[in-house]
Amino acid sequence: LEELKEEMSPAEAPALVYRRHLENGKLGYQRCADCSAAVFYPRVLCPVCGSGALEWRESAGRGTVYATTAVHSRNHDPRNVVLVDLDEGFRMMSRVEDVPAEEVEVGTRVRFEVRQGEEDEPVAVFVREGS
Amino acid sequence: LSARGKAAIVGAAESDLGEVGPGFTPLDLIGQATERALDDAGLEKKDVDGLFSASAYYSMATVSAGEYLGIRPRYSDATNMGGSSFVSHLLHAAAALEAGLCEVALVTYASTQRSGGGFRGLSEPPNPYETPYGPRYPVSMYALAASRHMHEFGTTRAQLAEVAVAAREWANLNPKAFLRDDLTVEDVLASRMVSSPLSILDCCLVTDGGGALLVTSAERAKDLRKPPVYLLGAGEAHWHRNISQMPDLTVTAAADSGRWAYEMAGVGPEDVDVAMLYDAFTINPILFLEDLGFCEKGEGGTFVEGGRIAPKGELAVNTNGGGLSYNHPGMYGLLLLIEAVRQLRGECGERQVEGATVALAHGNGGVFSSQVTAVLGSANVL
Repeated sequence: LEELKEEMSPAEAPALVYRRHLENGKLGYQRCADCSAAVFYPRVLCPVCGSGALEWRESAGRGTVYATTAVHSRNHDPRNVVLVDLDEGFRMMSRVEDVPAEEVEVGTRVRFEVRQGEEDEPVAVFVREGS
Repeated sequence: LSARGKAAIVGAAESDLGEVGPGFTPLDLIGQATERALDDAGLEKKDVDGLFSASAYYSMATVSAGEYLGIRPRYSDATNMGGSSFVSHLLHAAAALEAGLCEVALVTYASTQRSGGGFRGLSEPPNPYETPYGPRYPVSMYALAASRHMHEFGTTRAQLAEVAVAAREWANLNPKAFLRDDLTVEDVLASRMVSSPLSILDCCLVTDGGGALLVTSAERAKDLRKPPVYLLGAGEAHWHRNISQMPDLTVTAAADSGRWAYEMAGVGPEDVDVAMLYDAFTINPILFLEDLGFCEKGEGGTFVEGGRIAPKGELAVNTNGGGLSYNHPGMYGLLLLIEAVRQLRGECGERQVEGATVALAHGNGGVFSSQVTAVLGSANVL
Protein backbone atom coordinates (compact mmCIF):
# COMPACT_ATOMS: atom_id res chain seq x y z
CA LEU A 1 0.00 0.00 0.00
CA GLU A 2 2.81 2.43 0.86
CA GLU A 3 4.39 1.71 -2.50
CA LEU A 4 1.14 2.45 -4.28
CA LYS A 5 0.75 5.68 -2.35
CA GLU A 6 4.23 6.70 -3.43
CA GLU A 7 3.33 6.12 -7.04
CA MET A 8 0.01 7.94 -6.81
CA SER A 9 1.13 10.97 -4.84
CA PRO A 10 2.12 13.90 -7.01
CA ALA A 11 5.78 14.85 -7.03
CA GLU A 12 6.74 18.26 -5.66
CA ALA A 13 6.37 20.89 -8.38
CA PRO A 14 9.69 22.00 -9.91
CA ALA A 15 8.95 25.66 -9.08
CA LEU A 16 8.43 24.76 -5.41
CA VAL A 17 11.66 22.78 -5.20
CA TYR A 18 13.49 25.78 -6.69
CA ARG A 19 11.90 28.09 -4.13
CA ARG A 20 12.72 25.73 -1.26
CA HIS A 21 16.37 25.86 -2.33
CA LEU A 22 16.28 29.67 -2.28
CA GLU A 23 14.67 29.68 1.16
CA ASN A 24 17.70 27.66 2.31
CA GLY A 25 20.10 30.12 0.67
CA LYS A 26 20.84 27.79 -2.23
CA LEU A 27 20.60 28.12 -6.01
CA GLY A 28 19.02 24.92 -7.30
CA TYR A 29 19.18 23.73 -10.87
CA GLN A 30 18.66 20.38 -12.59
CA ARG A 31 21.03 18.03 -14.34
CA CYS A 32 19.89 15.34 -16.75
CA ALA A 33 21.03 11.90 -15.60
CA ASP A 34 20.90 10.65 -19.20
CA CYS A 35 22.54 13.36 -21.31
CA SER A 36 24.25 15.43 -18.57
CA ALA A 37 22.66 18.70 -19.74
CA ALA A 38 22.31 21.43 -17.14
CA VAL A 39 18.65 22.44 -17.12
CA PHE A 40 17.15 25.79 -16.06
CA TYR A 41 14.35 26.82 -15.56
CA PRO A 42 13.35 23.67 -13.65
CA ARG A 43 10.93 21.30 -15.39
CA VAL A 44 9.84 17.68 -15.50
CA LEU A 45 11.72 16.55 -18.59
CA CYS A 46 15.04 17.36 -20.16
CA PRO A 47 14.55 19.83 -23.06
CA VAL A 48 17.70 18.47 -24.72
CA CYS A 49 17.10 14.69 -24.82
CA GLY A 50 13.55 14.31 -23.46
CA SER A 51 14.51 12.17 -20.49
CA GLY A 52 12.47 12.44 -17.31
CA ALA A 53 15.53 11.65 -15.17
CA LEU A 54 16.34 15.15 -13.93
CA GLU A 55 18.30 15.44 -10.72
CA TRP A 56 18.45 18.51 -8.51
CA ARG A 57 21.88 20.01 -7.92
CA GLU A 58 23.12 22.98 -5.95
CA SER A 59 24.98 25.53 -8.04
CA ALA A 60 28.25 26.96 -6.71
CA GLY A 61 26.63 30.30 -7.59
CA ARG A 62 29.49 31.62 -9.71
CA GLY A 63 28.84 33.00 -13.17
CA THR A 64 29.43 35.59 -15.86
CA VAL A 65 27.13 38.36 -17.06
CA TYR A 66 25.97 37.33 -20.58
CA ALA A 67 23.75 40.33 -21.36
CA THR A 68 22.63 43.41 -19.45
CA THR A 69 20.15 46.27 -19.56
CA ALA A 70 19.24 49.17 -17.29
CA VAL A 71 15.47 49.65 -17.18
CA HIS A 72 14.62 53.34 -16.82
CA SER A 73 11.47 54.73 -15.28
CA ARG A 74 10.32 58.23 -14.49
CA ASN A 75 10.38 58.23 -10.71
CA HIS A 76 13.06 55.71 -9.80
CA ASP A 77 16.71 55.06 -10.42
CA PRO A 78 17.26 52.65 -13.31
CA ARG A 79 17.14 49.00 -12.30
CA ASN A 80 19.44 46.36 -13.68
CA VAL A 81 18.33 43.20 -15.45
CA VAL A 82 20.90 40.65 -16.60
CA LEU A 83 21.22 37.21 -18.03
CA VAL A 84 23.90 35.29 -16.13
CA ASP A 85 25.72 32.22 -17.43
CA LEU A 86 26.41 29.99 -14.41
CA ASP A 87 29.63 27.98 -14.42
CA GLU A 88 27.63 24.72 -14.36
CA GLY A 89 26.32 25.52 -17.84
CA PHE A 90 22.90 27.07 -17.37
CA ARG A 91 21.62 30.60 -17.90
CA MET A 92 19.15 32.59 -15.82
CA MET A 93 17.67 36.06 -15.62
CA SER A 94 18.64 38.05 -12.54
CA ARG A 95 20.03 41.42 -11.48
CA VAL A 96 23.42 42.57 -10.24
CA GLU A 97 23.13 44.43 -6.95
CA ASP A 98 25.30 46.96 -5.16
CA VAL A 99 26.36 48.73 -8.36
CA PRO A 100 24.55 51.37 -10.44
CA ALA A 101 22.39 49.67 -13.09
CA GLU A 102 24.18 51.29 -16.03
CA GLU A 103 27.61 50.17 -14.79
CA VAL A 104 26.97 46.43 -15.05
CA GLU A 105 29.03 45.12 -17.96
CA VAL A 106 28.82 41.99 -20.09
CA GLY A 107 31.61 39.62 -19.05
CA THR A 108 31.62 40.65 -15.37
CA ARG A 109 32.17 37.76 -12.95
CA VAL A 110 29.37 37.56 -10.40
CA ARG A 111 28.38 35.59 -7.31
CA PHE A 112 24.90 34.43 -6.22
CA GLU A 113 23.10 35.76 -3.15
CA VAL A 114 19.53 35.55 -1.89
CA ARG A 115 17.60 38.77 -1.26
CA GLN A 116 14.02 39.33 -0.18
CA GLY A 117 11.58 40.30 -2.92
CA GLU A 118 8.67 42.75 -2.74
CA GLU A 119 6.41 40.17 -1.15
CA ASP A 120 9.11 38.80 1.13
CA GLU A 121 9.77 35.95 -1.27
CA PRO A 122 13.39 34.86 -1.72
CA VAL A 123 14.96 36.12 -4.97
CA ALA A 124 18.20 34.97 -6.56
CA VAL A 125 20.42 37.99 -7.27
CA PHE A 126 24.11 38.47 -7.98
CA VAL A 127 26.91 40.70 -6.74
CA ARG A 128 30.24 41.31 -8.41
CA GLU A 129 32.88 38.71 -7.57
CA GLY A 130 35.19 40.01 -4.88
CA SER A 131 32.67 42.53 -3.56
CA LEU B 1 5.96 19.85 -49.69
CA SER B 2 6.52 22.70 -52.05
CA ALA B 3 3.95 25.44 -52.16
CA ARG B 4 6.01 27.46 -54.65
CA GLY B 5 3.79 29.55 -56.88
CA LYS B 6 0.62 27.66 -56.03
CA ALA B 7 -1.01 30.38 -53.94
CA ALA B 8 -1.26 34.09 -54.63
CA ILE B 9 -2.17 37.21 -52.72
CA VAL B 10 -4.95 38.86 -54.69
CA GLY B 11 -6.16 41.55 -52.30
CA ALA B 12 -4.36 43.68 -49.74
CA ALA B 13 -5.48 46.67 -47.71
CA GLU B 14 -4.97 48.53 -44.48
CA SER B 15 -7.70 49.73 -42.16
CA ASP B 16 -7.60 53.34 -41.00
CA LEU B 17 -4.26 53.86 -39.31
CA GLY B 18 -2.63 55.93 -36.61
CA GLU B 19 -5.16 57.17 -34.09
CA VAL B 20 -8.69 56.29 -35.12
CA GLY B 21 -10.42 57.88 -32.12
CA PRO B 22 -12.47 56.66 -29.19
CA GLY B 23 -15.06 53.94 -29.49
CA PHE B 24 -13.65 52.09 -32.49
CA THR B 25 -12.93 48.44 -31.77
CA PRO B 26 -10.32 46.23 -33.42
CA LEU B 27 -13.24 44.47 -35.14
CA ASP B 28 -14.35 47.77 -36.69
CA LEU B 29 -10.88 48.12 -38.20
CA ILE B 30 -10.94 44.50 -39.37
CA GLY B 31 -14.21 45.35 -41.10
CA GLN B 32 -12.69 48.38 -42.85
CA ALA B 33 -9.64 46.45 -44.02
CA THR B 34 -11.70 43.48 -45.21
CA GLU B 35 -14.05 45.64 -47.28
CA ARG B 36 -11.08 47.40 -48.88
CA ALA B 37 -9.18 44.15 -49.56
CA LEU B 38 -12.25 42.58 -51.19
CA ASP B 39 -12.60 45.66 -53.39
CA ASP B 40 -8.88 45.51 -54.21
CA ALA B 41 -9.25 41.90 -55.34
CA GLY B 42 -12.62 42.18 -57.03
CA LEU B 43 -13.99 39.47 -54.75
CA GLU B 44 -17.12 39.39 -52.63
CA LYS B 45 -17.44 38.49 -48.99
CA LYS B 46 -19.40 35.36 -49.88
CA ASP B 47 -16.32 34.07 -51.75
CA VAL B 48 -14.33 33.86 -48.51
CA ASP B 49 -14.36 30.37 -46.98
CA GLY B 50 -11.07 30.38 -45.06
CA LEU B 51 -10.43 32.71 -42.13
CA PHE B 52 -7.08 33.41 -40.47
CA SER B 53 -6.50 35.83 -37.61
CA ALA B 54 -4.70 36.41 -34.33
CA SER B 55 -5.38 39.01 -31.69
CA ALA B 56 -4.25 40.54 -28.41
CA TYR B 57 -7.91 41.37 -27.71
CA TYR B 58 -10.00 38.37 -28.66
CA SER B 59 -9.06 34.97 -27.27
CA MET B 60 -10.88 33.32 -30.19
CA ALA B 61 -9.68 35.64 -32.92
CA THR B 62 -11.22 34.00 -35.99
CA VAL B 63 -14.47 33.26 -34.18
CA SER B 64 -14.88 36.93 -33.24
CA ALA B 65 -13.83 38.17 -36.68
CA GLY B 66 -16.13 35.66 -38.40
CA GLU B 67 -19.10 36.83 -36.37
CA TYR B 68 -18.46 40.53 -36.99
CA LEU B 69 -17.84 40.08 -40.72
CA GLY B 70 -20.65 37.61 -41.25
CA ILE B 71 -18.24 35.00 -42.57
CA ARG B 72 -18.87 31.32 -41.83
CA PRO B 73 -15.55 29.75 -42.74
CA ARG B 74 -15.07 26.08 -43.44
CA TYR B 75 -11.40 26.47 -42.55
CA SER B 76 -10.38 28.56 -39.54
CA ASP B 77 -6.87 29.15 -38.15
CA ALA B 78 -6.21 31.43 -35.18
CA THR B 79 -2.55 30.53 -34.76
CA ASN B 80 -0.98 33.13 -32.48
CA MET B 81 2.79 33.32 -32.26
CA GLY B 82 2.95 37.08 -31.83
CA GLY B 83 3.62 39.66 -34.50
CA SER B 84 4.82 37.06 -37.02
CA SER B 85 1.46 35.23 -36.92
CA PHE B 86 0.14 36.69 -40.15
CA VAL B 87 3.15 35.63 -42.20
CA SER B 88 2.53 32.20 -40.71
CA HIS B 89 -1.14 32.47 -41.71
CA LEU B 90 -0.04 33.04 -45.30
CA LEU B 91 1.93 29.78 -45.26
CA HIS B 92 -0.93 27.95 -43.54
CA ALA B 93 -3.42 29.38 -46.03
CA ALA B 94 -1.30 28.16 -48.95
CA ALA B 95 -1.27 24.67 -47.41
CA ALA B 96 -5.04 24.74 -46.83
CA LEU B 97 -5.67 25.91 -50.41
CA GLU B 98 -3.38 23.19 -51.77
CA ALA B 99 -5.21 20.59 -49.67
CA GLY B 100 -8.57 21.77 -50.98
CA LEU B 101 -9.77 22.80 -47.53
CA CYS B 102 -10.75 26.29 -48.67
CA GLU B 103 -10.73 28.36 -51.87
CA VAL B 104 -10.42 31.98 -50.76
CA ALA B 105 -8.59 32.77 -47.53
CA LEU B 106 -8.90 36.03 -45.60
CA VAL B 107 -6.01 36.89 -43.27
CA THR B 108 -6.89 39.81 -41.03
CA TYR B 109 -5.81 41.67 -37.91
CA ALA B 110 -6.33 45.00 -36.16
CA SER B 111 -5.61 46.79 -32.93
CA THR B 112 -6.82 50.05 -31.39
CA GLN B 113 -4.02 50.17 -28.84
CA ARG B 114 -3.24 53.86 -29.32
CA SER B 115 -6.81 55.06 -28.85
CA GLY B 116 -7.31 52.39 -26.22
CA GLY B 117 -4.49 53.16 -23.81
CA GLY B 118 -1.26 51.49 -24.87
CA PHE B 119 0.53 48.26 -25.72
CA ARG B 120 -1.59 45.24 -25.03
CA GLY B 121 -0.89 41.54 -24.81
CA LEU B 122 -3.10 38.65 -23.75
CA SER B 123 -2.32 38.15 -20.07
CA GLU B 124 -0.07 35.25 -19.16
CA PRO B 125 0.72 33.89 -15.70
CA PRO B 126 3.76 35.49 -14.05
CA ASN B 127 7.04 33.69 -14.77
CA PRO B 128 8.79 33.02 -11.43
CA TYR B 129 12.17 33.02 -13.20
CA GLU B 130 11.80 36.43 -14.90
CA THR B 131 8.98 38.48 -13.35
CA PRO B 132 10.79 39.16 -10.02
CA TYR B 133 13.52 41.11 -11.86
CA GLY B 134 11.14 43.59 -13.47
CA PRO B 135 12.22 43.62 -17.12
CA ARG B 136 9.89 45.83 -19.13
CA TYR B 137 8.20 43.56 -21.65
CA PRO B 138 9.13 43.43 -24.44
CA VAL B 139 11.72 46.23 -24.75
CA SER B 140 14.12 44.97 -22.06
CA MET B 141 14.39 41.61 -23.77
CA TYR B 142 15.42 43.20 -27.06
CA ALA B 143 17.77 45.48 -25.10
CA LEU B 144 19.50 42.40 -23.65
CA ALA B 145 20.02 41.07 -27.18
CA ALA B 146 21.37 44.43 -28.30
CA SER B 147 23.81 44.51 -25.39
CA ARG B 148 25.15 41.10 -26.39
CA HIS B 149 25.51 42.05 -30.06
CA MET B 150 27.40 45.20 -29.04
CA HIS B 151 29.68 43.17 -26.79
CA GLU B 152 30.46 40.43 -29.30
CA PHE B 153 30.67 42.43 -32.51
CA GLY B 154 31.31 46.04 -31.51
CA THR B 155 27.92 47.18 -32.77
CA THR B 156 27.26 50.76 -31.66
CA ARG B 157 24.22 52.78 -30.60
CA ALA B 158 24.90 55.00 -33.63
CA GLN B 159 24.51 51.95 -35.89
CA LEU B 160 21.22 51.08 -34.18
CA ALA B 161 20.15 54.69 -34.74
CA GLU B 162 20.89 54.35 -38.47
CA VAL B 163 18.04 51.81 -38.65
CA ALA B 164 15.60 54.35 -37.19
CA VAL B 165 16.86 57.11 -39.48
CA ALA B 166 16.52 54.92 -42.60
CA ALA B 167 13.00 53.97 -41.57
CA ARG B 168 12.09 57.64 -41.16
CA GLU B 169 13.50 58.52 -44.58
CA TRP B 170 11.29 55.84 -46.13
CA ALA B 171 8.33 57.04 -44.05
CA ASN B 172 8.81 60.51 -45.44
CA LEU B 173 7.96 59.01 -48.86
CA ASN B 174 4.81 57.27 -47.55
CA PRO B 175 1.70 59.45 -47.10
CA LYS B 176 0.24 56.87 -44.69
CA ALA B 177 3.22 56.91 -42.31
CA PHE B 178 2.50 58.05 -38.76
CA LEU B 179 5.76 59.98 -38.30
CA ARG B 180 6.98 62.11 -41.18
CA ASP B 181 9.64 64.61 -40.28
CA ASP B 182 13.41 64.77 -40.22
CA LEU B 183 15.32 62.50 -37.90
CA THR B 184 19.06 62.28 -37.34
CA VAL B 185 21.33 59.77 -35.63
CA GLU B 186 22.01 62.47 -33.04
CA ASP B 187 18.26 62.79 -32.33
CA VAL B 188 18.04 59.06 -31.64
CA LEU B 189 21.12 59.05 -29.42
CA ALA B 190 19.80 62.00 -27.41
CA SER B 191 16.29 60.62 -26.93
CA ARG B 192 15.01 59.33 -23.60
CA MET B 193 16.56 56.01 -22.53
CA VAL B 194 13.99 53.25 -22.01
CA SER B 195 15.99 50.08 -21.44
CA SER B 196 19.64 50.55 -22.30
CA PRO B 197 20.98 50.50 -24.95
CA LEU B 198 17.54 51.17 -26.47
CA SER B 199 16.12 54.68 -26.25
CA ILE B 200 12.58 55.70 -27.13
CA LEU B 201 13.49 56.31 -30.78
CA ASP B 202 14.90 52.77 -31.02
CA CYS B 203 11.38 51.50 -30.25
CA CYS B 204 8.45 50.98 -32.59
CA LEU B 205 5.34 53.12 -32.57
CA VAL B 206 2.24 52.40 -30.54
CA THR B 207 -0.52 53.02 -33.06
CA ASP B 208 -3.95 51.87 -34.11
CA GLY B 209 -4.08 49.92 -37.33
CA GLY B 210 -4.83 46.71 -39.09
CA GLY B 211 -5.10 45.04 -42.41
CA ALA B 212 -6.50 42.28 -44.56
CA LEU B 213 -5.08 39.99 -47.22
CA LEU B 214 -6.94 37.72 -49.59
CA VAL B 215 -5.18 34.59 -50.74
CA THR B 216 -6.34 32.11 -53.34
CA SER B 217 -4.98 29.53 -55.77
CA ALA B 218 -2.76 30.64 -58.64
CA GLU B 219 -5.44 29.46 -61.11
CA ARG B 220 -8.22 31.53 -59.59
CA ALA B 221 -5.88 34.50 -59.08
CA LYS B 222 -5.46 34.99 -62.84
CA ASP B 223 -9.04 36.20 -63.33
CA LEU B 224 -9.08 38.80 -60.56
CA ARG B 225 -8.68 42.57 -60.56
CA LYS B 226 -5.00 43.03 -59.72
CA PRO B 227 -1.84 41.24 -60.86
CA PRO B 228 -1.36 38.23 -58.54
CA VAL B 229 1.54 38.27 -56.10
CA TYR B 230 2.72 34.69 -55.75
CA LEU B 231 3.96 32.98 -52.62
CA LEU B 232 7.27 31.51 -53.74
CA GLY B 233 8.38 30.12 -50.41
CA ALA B 234 7.87 30.38 -46.68
CA GLY B 235 9.25 28.98 -43.46
CA GLU B 236 8.37 29.30 -39.79
CA ALA B 237 10.48 28.54 -36.75
CA HIS B 238 10.61 29.13 -33.01
CA TRP B 239 13.25 28.10 -30.51
CA HIS B 240 12.22 29.86 -27.29
CA ARG B 241 9.46 31.95 -25.70
CA ASN B 242 11.34 33.65 -22.84
CA ILE B 243 14.49 35.64 -23.50
CA SER B 244 16.40 33.71 -20.82
CA GLN B 245 15.82 30.57 -22.92
CA MET B 246 17.15 32.02 -26.19
CA PRO B 247 20.24 29.91 -26.91
CA ASP B 248 22.37 32.71 -28.41
CA LEU B 249 21.06 36.27 -28.18
CA THR B 250 22.78 37.18 -31.44
CA VAL B 251 21.17 34.42 -33.56
CA THR B 252 17.41 34.16 -34.15
CA ALA B 253 15.33 31.32 -35.55
CA ALA B 254 15.19 33.38 -38.76
CA ALA B 255 18.29 31.35 -39.64
CA ASP B 256 15.90 28.39 -40.04
CA SER B 257 12.78 30.14 -41.32
CA GLY B 258 14.79 32.06 -43.90
CA ARG B 259 16.67 29.00 -45.13
CA TRP B 260 13.43 27.06 -45.57
CA ALA B 261 11.75 29.97 -47.34
CA TYR B 262 14.68 30.43 -49.74
CA GLU B 263 14.86 26.68 -50.44
CA MET B 264 11.17 26.51 -51.32
CA ALA B 265 11.35 29.68 -53.39
CA GLY B 266 14.54 28.69 -55.21
CA VAL B 267 16.03 32.11 -54.60
CA GLY B 268 18.63 33.59 -52.26
CA PRO B 269 19.14 36.92 -50.54
CA GLU B 270 20.96 38.21 -53.64
CA ASP B 271 17.66 37.96 -55.58
CA VAL B 272 15.61 40.03 -53.11
CA ASP B 273 14.59 43.48 -54.37
CA VAL B 274 12.65 44.57 -51.25
CA ALA B 275 13.23 43.24 -47.72
CA MET B 276 10.48 43.87 -45.19
CA LEU B 277 12.13 43.03 -41.85
CA TYR B 278 9.97 43.33 -38.73
CA ASP B 279 11.45 46.33 -36.90
CA ALA B 280 9.89 46.32 -33.45
CA PHE B 281 13.23 47.71 -32.25
CA THR B 282 16.29 48.94 -34.13
CA ILE B 283 18.29 45.82 -33.22
CA ASN B 284 15.78 43.60 -35.08
CA PRO B 285 16.64 44.39 -38.70
CA ILE B 286 20.33 44.09 -37.84
CA LEU B 287 19.89 40.51 -36.62
CA PHE B 288 17.56 39.64 -39.50
CA LEU B 289 19.93 41.02 -42.15
CA GLU B 290 22.51 38.60 -40.73
CA ASP B 291 20.26 35.59 -40.16
CA LEU B 292 18.62 35.96 -43.60
CA GLY B 293 21.98 36.03 -45.34
CA PHE B 294 22.20 39.67 -46.46
CA CYS B 295 25.48 39.91 -44.56
CA GLU B 296 27.67 37.79 -42.31
CA LYS B 297 26.90 37.27 -38.62
CA GLY B 298 28.16 40.27 -36.69
CA GLU B 299 28.26 42.60 -39.71
CA GLY B 300 24.68 43.89 -39.45
CA GLY B 301 25.72 47.08 -37.68
CA THR B 302 28.24 47.93 -40.37
CA PHE B 303 25.76 46.91 -43.07
CA VAL B 304 23.19 49.56 -42.08
CA GLU B 305 25.73 52.41 -41.90
CA GLY B 306 25.81 55.29 -44.33
CA GLY B 307 22.19 55.03 -45.45
CA ARG B 308 22.68 51.59 -47.00
CA ILE B 309 19.09 50.52 -46.16
CA ALA B 310 17.61 54.00 -46.67
CA PRO B 311 16.03 55.28 -49.91
CA LYS B 312 18.66 55.20 -52.70
CA GLY B 313 20.73 52.77 -50.61
CA GLU B 314 22.03 49.36 -51.65
CA LEU B 315 19.13 47.32 -50.26
CA ALA B 316 15.56 48.55 -49.95
CA VAL B 317 14.51 47.66 -46.38
CA ASN B 318 11.16 48.53 -44.80
CA THR B 319 10.04 50.82 -47.58
CA ASN B 320 6.79 51.78 -45.85
CA GLY B 321 8.73 53.33 -42.97
CA GLY B 322 8.43 50.22 -40.81
CA GLY B 323 7.14 49.69 -37.33
CA LEU B 324 9.50 52.46 -36.29
CA SER B 325 7.91 55.27 -38.34
CA TYR B 326 4.92 54.04 -40.39
CA ASN B 327 2.67 51.99 -38.10
CA HIS B 328 2.95 49.37 -35.38
CA PRO B 329 -0.43 48.19 -34.13
CA GLY B 330 0.90 45.76 -31.49
CA MET B 331 1.40 43.00 -34.03
CA TYR B 332 2.80 44.25 -37.32
CA GLY B 333 3.35 41.19 -39.51
CA LEU B 334 0.34 41.71 -41.76
CA LEU B 335 1.48 45.22 -42.68
CA LEU B 336 4.86 43.83 -43.84
CA LEU B 337 3.02 41.66 -46.35
CA ILE B 338 0.78 44.48 -47.56
CA GLU B 339 3.82 46.63 -48.40
CA ALA B 340 5.56 43.70 -50.10
CA VAL B 341 2.47 43.14 -52.27
CA ARG B 342 2.28 46.81 -53.22
CA GLN B 343 5.96 46.94 -54.14
CA LEU B 344 5.57 43.93 -56.43
CA ARG B 345 2.49 45.49 -58.04
CA GLY B 346 4.33 48.78 -58.56
CA GLU B 347 1.83 50.74 -56.46
CA CYS B 348 4.24 52.52 -54.15
CA GLY B 349 4.56 55.94 -55.76
CA GLU B 350 7.55 57.93 -54.52
CA ARG B 351 8.96 55.01 -52.55
CA GLN B 352 8.56 52.45 -55.34
CA VAL B 353 11.58 50.20 -55.83
CA GLU B 354 11.94 50.21 -59.63
CA GLY B 355 11.36 46.85 -61.26
CA ALA B 356 10.85 44.96 -57.98
CA THR B 357 9.99 41.32 -58.73
CA VAL B 358 11.03 39.51 -55.52
CA ALA B 359 10.12 40.70 -52.02
CA LEU B 360 10.91 39.10 -48.69
CA ALA B 361 8.66 39.66 -45.69
CA HIS B 362 10.05 38.56 -42.36
CA GLY B 363 7.87 38.49 -39.26
CA ASN B 364 9.03 38.37 -35.66
CA GLY B 365 6.97 37.47 -32.62
CA GLY B 366 7.38 37.54 -28.85
CA VAL B 367 10.93 38.38 -27.81
CA PHE B 368 12.85 37.26 -30.91
CA SER B 369 10.79 34.10 -30.30
CA SER B 370 8.85 33.14 -33.43
CA GLN B 371 10.33 33.86 -36.83
CA VAL B 372 8.42 33.49 -40.09
CA THR B 373 9.79 34.31 -43.53
CA ALA B 374 7.86 34.59 -46.79
CA VAL B 375 9.31 35.17 -50.24
CA LEU B 376 6.86 36.72 -52.69
CA GLY B 377 7.22 37.22 -56.41
CA SER B 378 5.47 38.74 -59.38
CA ALA B 379 4.39 36.62 -62.39
CA ASN B 380 7.65 37.02 -64.26
CA VAL B 381 9.69 35.16 -61.63
CA LEU B 382 7.35 32.16 -61.42
